[in-house]
Amino acid sequence: MSFEYAPAPESRAVVDIAPSYGLFIDGEFTEAAGGKVFKTVSPANEEVLSEVAQAGSEDVERAVRAARKAFEKWSALPGAERAKYLFRIARLIQERSRELAVLESLDNGKPIRESRDSDLPLVAAHFFYYAGWADKLGHAGYGADPKPLGVAGQVIPWNFPLLMLAWKIAPALACGNTVVLKPAETTPLSALFFADICRQAGLPKGVVNILTGDGSTGAELVAHPDVNKVAFTGSTEVGKAIARTVAGTDKKLTLELGGKAANIVFDDAPIDQAVEGIVNGIFFNQGHVCCAGSRLLVQESVQDELLAALKRRMSTLRVGDPLDKNTDIGAINSAEQLARITELADAGEAEGAERWAPSCELPDAGYWFAPTLFTGVTQAHRIAQEEIFGPVLSVLTFRTPEEAVAKANNTPYGLSAGVWTEKGSRILWMANKLRAGIVWSNTFNKFDPASPFGGYKESGFGREGGRHGLEAYLDV
Amino acid sequence: MSDRLSVLKTYKLYVGGKFPRSESGRVYEVSDSKGNWLANAPLSSRKDARDAVVAARKAFGGWSGATAYNRGQILYRVAEMLEGRREQFAAEVADAEGLSKAKAAAQVDAAIDRWVWYAGWSDKVAQIAGSANPVAGPYFNLSSPEPTGVVAVLAPQESSFLGLVSVIAPAIVTGNTVVVVTSEKSPLPALSLGEVLATSDLPGGVVNILSGRVNELGGPLAAHQDVNAIDLAGAAADAELVKALETAAADNLKRVLRPQAVDGVADWTADPGTERMLAFLETKTVWHPMGV
Repeated sequence: MSFEYAPAPESRAVVDIAPSYGLFIDGEFTEAAGGKVFKTVSPANEEVLSEVAQAGSEDVERAVRAARKAFEKWSALPGAERAKYLFRIARLIQERSRELAVLESLDNGKPIRESRDSDLPLVAAHFFYYAGWADKLGHAGYGADPKPLGVAGQVIPWNFPLLMLAWKIAPALACGNTVVLKPAETTPLSALFFADICRQAGLPKGVVNILTGDGSTGAELVAHPDVNKVAFTGSTEVGKAIARTVAGTDKKLTLELGGKAANIVFDDAPIDQAVEGIVNGIFFNQGHVCCAGSRLLVQESVQDELLAALKRRMSTLRVGDPLDKNTDIGAINSAEQLARITELADAGEAEGAERWAPSCELPDAGYWFAPTLFTGVTQAHRIAQEEIFGPVLSVLTFRTPEEAVAKANNTPYGLSAGVWTEKGSRILWMANKLRAGIVWSNTFNKFDPASPFGGYKESGFGREGGRHGLEAYLDV
Repeated sequence: MSDRLSVLKTYKLYVGGKFPRSESGRVYEVSDSKGNWLANAPLSSRKDARDAVVAARKAFGGWSGATAYNRGQILYRVAEMLEGRREQFAAEVADAEGLSKAKAAAQVDAAIDRWVWYAGWSDKVAQIAGSANPVAGPYFNLSSPEPTGVVAVLAPQESSFLGLVSVIAPAIVTGNTVVVVTSEKSPLPALSLGEVLATSDLPGGVVNILSGRVNELGGPLAAHQDVNAIDLAGAAADAELVKALETAAADNLKRVLRPQAVDGVADWTADPGTERMLAFLETKTVWHPMGV
């Protein structure tokens, strides 16, 4: 006897989206100087949610000027006072978390289960964590009285719109900087709602400025001569372009870029737990995760058993309406991203890897991609080298720990890795050898504001989170 | 007066623990501050730079995998070996920088002391740069610093020995391996340092020393896909070059240490702090569930 799931939709009545939004500059919502706007749609059904302003050079100029002006007073405030503003913001986020979670699922396409249980609690936690640092910076190990840098230009991606905002804004403000933040073109709404939270919290005008726009807005912002600090999370390609832009200037730069993480399963790993970890590693947030475990390295002797269990588990994943509380995999964020995932998956087949996906019905409207598994993947295949940023898992095998390490390290990336084994000494040996900023042993995709996050090699430089995350926003 | 004809030293590169000539066969004239000829130094080529990177990469696994205690011992050994050759280095530094004997000796002493200072950092840097992270869940969560990999170092132009030591020691003490381009005008103390390093238990390839033109070697090193980081100290006086090298370094997202010098001349006698060590470290965070 099989049980069917009844629909369990979260109400969208808790969120009130205006038909249009302006830029948030110097504490006011304002139209773009050029009067240009663009639409943001729900990727689950292509419904137009709202219209937002497209910031141009004049707007970037205005926002940076507002941030510069606010910097003087904000940086001079006693840390304890800055802390209280951040604590207020953290509380307001908690109070409005249901509204924000629904908004995030609508604009981004991620399942409400994840925006509600993962994104929003982490967003609030980040503000709480860095609030507490604001009056303790002298104890952070960067000198007795470390100074802020000035105006921070921050550009964030569409996969975790509000969480990435928190990662950027919380430490910047705690250290005494002011910010101009540009959210991604496809997911601008939660940042604009955050602007309203800043207003509610009574944050001084100009301390936080939000510029909506596309890549050109971001490029203007990072190139602005009066920006002292550039922080970017996104693709490695854009990260390199930004590094070239700031070359020869005295701007401080941190980059959180792509990844192609190996999730390594040894023959002594508890199979059921490993399968859960693999699924969480690659299908969390539709695989739109820079540290996603997109390369499964499985020890040859347990390959058959593991793959059988993995396919069984994948068959139970529910793909569909992001606002349904039973949904595991939501919509792909944009038509453009869907095209990229489709292209790379097709390349996987064309290069000889074997493709498998559970049978699942995908909605007619919107952007969707079924959870997909490739076996028989070699290191040379594009699907083993390039970041797909979607729910596509490539399976490779190994025989010895040395081979697992060599294969795991064989990409230009070095963001994260996973290791599954019951043997403690092997975990420590593997953790030591893997060239990656995060190593999850017998777990995957865990995040915490107290824990530094960031990559080796072409996954970027600098760390976010923890005491280490302060360095990016201090003159040290 | 003695009629003895002095034996002139042929200075050679130090790459992979060996003392090769430049593969290009080229040399250039090195003079003292008054323009008197001192010796010829190898004029390294792009190929020498690439060979040095290969040697540095080869040495990285062993050196980064050595215990911090062992690395500290070896850095201290460098200081011991230098102490025995103070006179030679004082003379070379005096010639190179046009300093009095006393001032040159002071530079050498400071350089020796710097090796000792960094030697002591080997087994402490992880304790000040790492952390146990109190995450909100049942996890063991630890962050520790690890070496970035192969570091290309453009050594300071003016301070031929103290400046050189001040940029090499902090990079290697944490487990990186380096390819260093010496001061262009005053390469001789650096080339002699190679002889000291070779007899200091330092594994071959951990430090590779190239003399030549910063303009010729900086570019290939900044663009090299197997170099993980670059220290631009030696380009401090040339803003255009710094920009070009930083731009090239973006291709594989090298870690870049920008020159900190005021007016292109840094004060190498100042307390070095931890910045030069931390610039070439990555932070690795390991998670593991806790439970019974």
